[in-house]
Amino acid sequence: MSEPQHSTLPMLSRRRLLGLSGGLALTGALAAACGSNTGRGGGSSGGGGPALSQWYHQYGEAGTEQAVQRYAAAYRQARVTVQWRPGDYDQQTAAALLTDAGPDVFEVNGPSIDQIQGGQVADLTEQIKNARADFNPAVLAPKTYQGRVYGIPQVIDMQLLYYRRSLLDRAGVRPPQTLDELVDAARRLTTKDTKGLFLGNDGGAGVLGQGGLPLFAAGLQLVTDDGRTGFDDPAAAQTLGKLHTLYASGSLLLGAPADWSDPSAFTQGLTAMQWSGLWALPQISKALGDDFGVLPFPRDGSAGRPAVPVGAYASSVSARGKHIDAAKAYAKWLWVDRTEYQGDFALSYGFHIPARISLAKKAAKLRSGPAADAVRFSTDHGHALPLLWTPKSQVALEDAVSRIIKDGADPAAQVKAAVATANAELQRVRRKTG
Amino acid sequence: MLSRLLGPQRRYLWFWVFTGPFVIGLAVFAYIPLLWSIGLSFFDAHNTVTPTHFVGFANYGSMLSDTAFTSSLATFAVFSLFIVPATYALSLALALMVNRLRFARAFFRSVFFLPTACSYVVASMIWKLSVFNGVRFGLANTVLGWFGADPAAWLSTTRPPWYWVVIVTVRLWLQAGFYLVLFLAGLQRIPGTLYEAAAVDGARPGWQVFRHITFPQLRATSVAVLLLLVINAFQAFDEFYNLLSTARGYPPYARPPLVYLYYVALGQGQDLGLGSAGAVILALIIAVVTVVQARWFGLGRKEA
Repeated sequence: MSEPQHSTLPMLSRRRLLGLSGGLALTGALAAACGSNTGRGGGSSGGGGPALSQWYHQYGEAGTEQAVQRYAAAYRQARVTVQWRPGDYDQQTAAALLTDAGPDVFEVNGPSIDQIQGGQVADLTEQIKNARADFNPAVLAPKTYQGRVYGIPQVIDMQLLYYRRSLLDRAGVRPPQTLDELVDAARRLTTKDTKGLFLGNDGGAGVLGQGGLPLFAAGLQLVTDDGRTGFDDPAAAQTLGKLHTLYASGSLLLGAPADWSDPSAFTQGLTAMQWSGLWALPQISKALGDDFGVLPFPRDGSAGRPAVPVGAYASSVSARGKHIDAAKAYAKWLWVDRTEYQGDFALSYGFHIPARISLAKKAAKLRSGPAADAVRFSTDHGHALPLLWTPKSQVALEDAVSRIIKDGADPAAQVKAAVATANAELQRVRRKTG
Repeated sequence: MLSRLLGPQRRYLWFWVFTGPFVIGLAVFAYIPLLWSIGLSFFDAHNTVTPTHFVGFANYGSMLSDTAFTSSLATFAVFSLFIVPATYALSLALALMVNRLRFARAFFRSVFFLPTACSYVVASMIWKLSVFNGVRFGLANTVLGWFGADPAAWLSTTRPPWYWVVIVTVRLWLQAGFYLVLFLAGLQRIPGTLYEAAAVDGARPGWQVFRHITFPQLRATSVAVLLLLVINAFQAFDEFYNLLSTARGYPPYARPPLVYLYYVALGQGQDLGLGSAGAVILALIIAVVTVVQARWFGLGRKEA
């Protein structure tokens, strides 16, 4: 759910894809020769003890890399080498975990159910034990499988709806509280040069499809607590159908030079409302001053509730590392014990909510204005991608939402197809449990 | 004994010294992964390359019954049906024109060839961000604006499917120059005496000469060009991925098989068994099409 790289688009060539898939076998063969130090990336090192390698994805904000190296250097029980990895980070770690050449401690937009069931990540329940209640439950839940914790949440990223106060006032539109009001507001805010709403260049299929946000707003779930599909319901089709109305009304901005994750379209006045991430708030605030407000995705239907997507990169330990206990101890030291580093990491460089509730409450930058609203949304209305919601289910739902939005496909039939795929996937991961 | 192993003048030794590194490289980077991948396709291989749970043809079954995968096969069939003739015609036409030039031929040859040196990723970014972006100041929309038309959201509109314009033009721009050079080489190999003989026999310059002299003489080149074009079309990934993917995934239209496999099986969700099955199916299709095509055109037969 969290948005790893706000500034760069994912770039990949066929050669690299084939390299990834075909080269997997090779990586295994070479791994024995390489050891845990791959020689890539410069890092810092701290005290004595075993050598650990720690991976981070490349954060866009200046200073983050220096900060994590500073933390690592302060650790005395092991020599920690930090690798800062640009590119398709999730794919890189997924491939590296198949080998012995992978990281010992790594941040991960997961770990995924298959990584946990495959025994690729170590159990961190003991390490998080003393502070478990202090972690935001919405983001800790997807890192937890059968009561055991496999990743320590680092910081929370979330997405929300930004609106331009002055444009809404001029058009006499109230900030929308329901999906119908949002459709209406977008229409009334659309002028010759400004569109009403920007949900991404795909008309919202990506941001609204993959995470199933409109389904949460309709009072449904992706996966129920007992591991079954939670949106096999007529309300799902009804809500998703309204997204097509929005698209067909001509009030959505499409084909902007920078996609939804970047606030440029909003700050440049191409749109009156935009869906984006909390990370964009400092930039918007700088460009527009007080002339903006934030909203969750509005509720729909009688059982509906407002919803925002939340997600967290977690720190996990590879089960194939040479020094698993040392790696666990380091992960605990950095992401459980050293709260001052956690606070610094969340808010000194980028703009994230600390994963610890106590830290989020203390943070001065999150106490007033839209930032405080955002924290409130994330606590009251936050939904993370469930652990059992596999990439295959994500693709299926996103396909369905895209076809509904853009092609005007029959919502009921599309939901049914997505439910079928999700059922099969959930059955697969449940079977492994037994 | 040793001298027999080394061969006369140590030829065998030198043979292996020269070819050995390449044979090893080919084995390690191509054949072993290939065979391994075929092996994986018969296993339930989630997040592992050394699976233990043999599932037979189950991965193939689920891949072939997956409508998203079969529709992606249809996508690239349509794509290659269009892009292969289009590139062929465009590069042949350009080659004929460049070949007739009296001066600055080298200049135009280079100009048309230059895009080949451009990366697919870079070209896709330029197409997506400046030429065909959806706002009013994009290049294509500026041109539309001169004629009073509304700006189009090129990559997000499915009705009509404007995104094909973007995908096809970027590939034409990128690869036409390369095939132009192949055709030029072919054209220059046609003996001038043939044209003289045709002129003596009363063939009119233009279509008649092209139809009966130039085109048949280009047969070898044409076959090679078509084969390369088809394989390239089947392997489409770069421009599709970079034009249409977002941070959140890939739309369900214009999705070639490699892109689909990347999202469901070979990227973050490491279902390597299923992904390998899809890759093997794709490889088989490419192999069959290539063989059929080669037979059809009589590749490898002695030129009469």
